[in-house]
Amino acid sequence: MKKLNKTTKSNLITYGMVIVLFVLMQALVSAGQISSLLQGLLVPLCAYIILAVSLNLTVGILGELSLGHAGFMCVGAFTSAFFSKCMAEAIPVSGVRYFLAILIGAACAGICGILIGIPVLRLKGDYLAIVTLAFGEIIKNIVNILFIGRDEAGFHFSTKDTLSLGLSADGEVIVNGPQGITGTPKDSTFAIGVVLILITLFIVLNLIHSRSGRAIMAIRDNRIAAESIGINITKYKLMAFSVSASLAGVAGVIYAHNLATLTAQPKNFGYNMSIMILVFVVLGGIGNIRGSVIAAIVLTLLPELLRGLSDYRMLIYAVVLIVMMLFNWSPKAIAWREQYASKFKRNKKEAA
Amino acid sequence: MSFISYLINGISLGSVYAIIALGYTMVYGIAKMLNFAHGDVIMIGAYVVMASITRAGLPPFAAILVSIVFCTVLGVVIETVAYRPLLNAASSLAVLITAIGVSYLLQNIALLIFGANTISFASVVSVPALVLAGGALTITGETIVTIICCIVIMTALMVFIKKSKAGQAMLAVSEDKGAAQLMGINVNGTIALTFAIGSALAAVAGVLLCSAYPTLTPYTGAMPGIKAFVAAVFGGIGSIPGALIGGILLGVIEIFGKAYISSQMADAIVFGVLIVILLVKPAGILGKNIQEKV
Repeated sequence: MKKLNKTTKSNLITYGMVIVLFVLMQALVSAGQISSLLQGLLVPLCAYIILAVSLNLTVGILGELSLGHAGFMCVGAFTSAFFSKCMAEAIPVSGVRYFLAILIGAACAGICGILIGIPVLRLKGDYLAIVTLAFGEIIKNIVNILFIGRDEAGFHFSTKDTLSLGLSADGEVIVNGPQGITGTPKDSTFAIGVVLILITLFIVLNLIHSRSGRAIMAIRDNRIAAESIGINITKYKLMAFSVSASLAGVAGVIYAHNLATLTAQPKNFGYNMSIMILVFVVLGGIGNIRGSVIAAIVLTLLPELLRGLSDYRMLIYAVVLIVMMLFNWSPKAIAWREQYASKFKRNKKEAA
Repeated sequence: MSFISYLINGISLGSVYAIIALGYTMVYGIAKMLNFAHGDVIMIGAYVVMASITRAGLPPFAAILVSIVFCTVLGVVIETVAYRPLLNAASSLAVLITAIGVSYLLQNIALLIFGANTISFASVVSVPALVLAGGALTITGETIVTIICCIVIMTALMVFIKKSKAGQAMLAVSEDKGAAQLMGINVNGTIALTFAIGSALAAVAGVLLCSAYPTLTPYTGAMPGIKAFVAAVFGGIGSIPGALIGGILLGVIEIFGKAYISSQMADAIVFGVLIVILLVKPAGILGKNIQEKV
C-alpha cells in the first residue's frame, strides 16, 4: 500500500474520530445507557459541531473575528423551515424534502454571507467583529417582525401582524412574527447530523489544503505580502466567509428540523450563541479543525454532566473556561509547561 | 412637544451609554482588548446599590459610594487575575474569550446570590421633575441627574487625563507600552488604574440605568454593555470625546427609532446606523485611521 502523506493521515483521523464517536453513542443509546436529556442533546450537538468547524474557517483560517455566526444559522434555519412547511404536502418523502431543505438553507445563508461579506470584509479586526455582531442582531430582529401567510392567491407578507396579511378563510400563517414557525417536520436525526458533520469536515479540510486554502492562509498571515504576489484578496476572503456562512446555514437546518416551534430568541440566534461558538473555536485551538469538534462536544456535554450540581453548573463552566484559557494561552503558563515537559523527557532518558 | 421630550429622553439614555462606553474605550485604548465583562460590572454595581439600601439599610448616597468602591475593587481584581497574564498572549482572541468567561462568571454569581427573578429597582434619585411649557413637557429628575452626571464625569476625566501625571501615563501606555516602560512608567499599575476608573464609571452607569429603567436581573448589563460598545465604536474606539458623541447619538437614534419607526426594530436601526457609519468612516467618527505600512 502506498504510504499516506501527513495531511491525509490527519484528515482520516478526524473523520475516523467522528465515526467512532457516532458508533459509540449509537451503541450506548441502544443499550439504554444514555439519559433522555442527553439523547435530546445529540442533534443540537451535531449543529454545534458544524457551527464550530465553519466558524473556525473564518476565525482560524481567514483570521477575521466574526461575532455574527448565529445570524447565518438563523437564515438557514428559517428559510429551510419555511420551505419544509410549505412543501410538507407537495413532497411527502421526508428524505427528499430534507435534502432540498438543506440545499436551500445553505444557499440562502451563503448568499447572505456574500451580501454581508462584500461591505464587511473591508473592515479590520475589532471593527469587523462588531459589524458582524450588528448584522447578526439585525437578522434576528427582522425575522422577529416578519409575518408570512399563504392561501389560494399565493403568499402574503407583512411586518405588522397576522391580521394585516389579509388571508382568506382557509389560508394559513406560516411565519408568525415573534412566535416563529410552528409545525416544522421533525426530519433531523442523529445519523443525518453525523453525515452532515462528515460532509462539512470534508468541505472545510479540502478547502484548507487546496490552492484557494493556501491563498486564504497567506492573506491571514500577511495581507500586503499576499496582495503583492497577486492573490485576489477580496475574492478569497469572500470565498472563505461565504462557505463558512453557508455551512452555518446547514447547521441551522439541522437545528430547525429538530424543534416543534422555531423562534428567534436572543438565546438561540443572538450574539450569545455566536459567542458560545467562538468559545468552542478558541478553546479547541484556533485554526485546528479537529480541536473545534472536540471542544464543541466537551463544552456542550459539560453543563449536562454537571447537572447534578444544579445551580452551580454554569458557575463552574465559567471558572473552567477562564482557567483553561489562562493555562493554554498565558505566556507564563506556556513557559512553565515547556519546562515541565523537558524535565519529564530528561527523566525518561535517564531512566532508559 | 413630543419631539423635544423624545430628544431629551434620547440624550439621557445616550448619557448612560456614554458613561459605559468610556469604560470600554479607555480599556481598549490601553490594553487593546474588548472587555466583554464590562456590561456585567454595571449589573453588579446596580445589585450592590440595591442590596445596601434594602438589606443593609444604608442611605442612597452611601449605597452608591459602597457600590463604586466595590466595583473598583472588582475591576482591579478581574484585571489582575484574569486579564493580566494574557495581555502578551500570542493571540488577542485569548483575552477576549477570558473576558467572556468572566462575564458568565459575574452573571452566574449574581444569579446564585439574588436569583433569576426580576427585581424592581427603587430609584435613588430624589430630584423633583421639571415641568416646562405649562405641563406640556416634563423632564424627570432621573433625566436631569443623568445628563449632569455625564457632563461632570466627562469634564473630570478629560482634565484628569490632560493635567495629571497618571493621566499622561495612561496616554503614554496606550501609545507605546515598551517606550512607556523605558520612561519609568509603571505599565501594569497604569492598566490597573484604567480598569479601576472604568469599573467605577460602570457602577455609576448601573445606578443611573436602573433608576431610569427600574428592573434588575442578572442579565440587565448585557445588552446595554453591547450597545455601549457599539457607541464606543461609533465615536472611534480609544477616543474619549468619541465615546460621548457616540453614546449620545446612539441614545437619540434608539429613542427616535422606537418612537417614530417601530419599537421592535429599534435595535436593528441602531446596528444599521453603526454599519453605515463604519462603512463610510471605518475608524468611527473621531477615530484616527492608521494606514498600514509594509
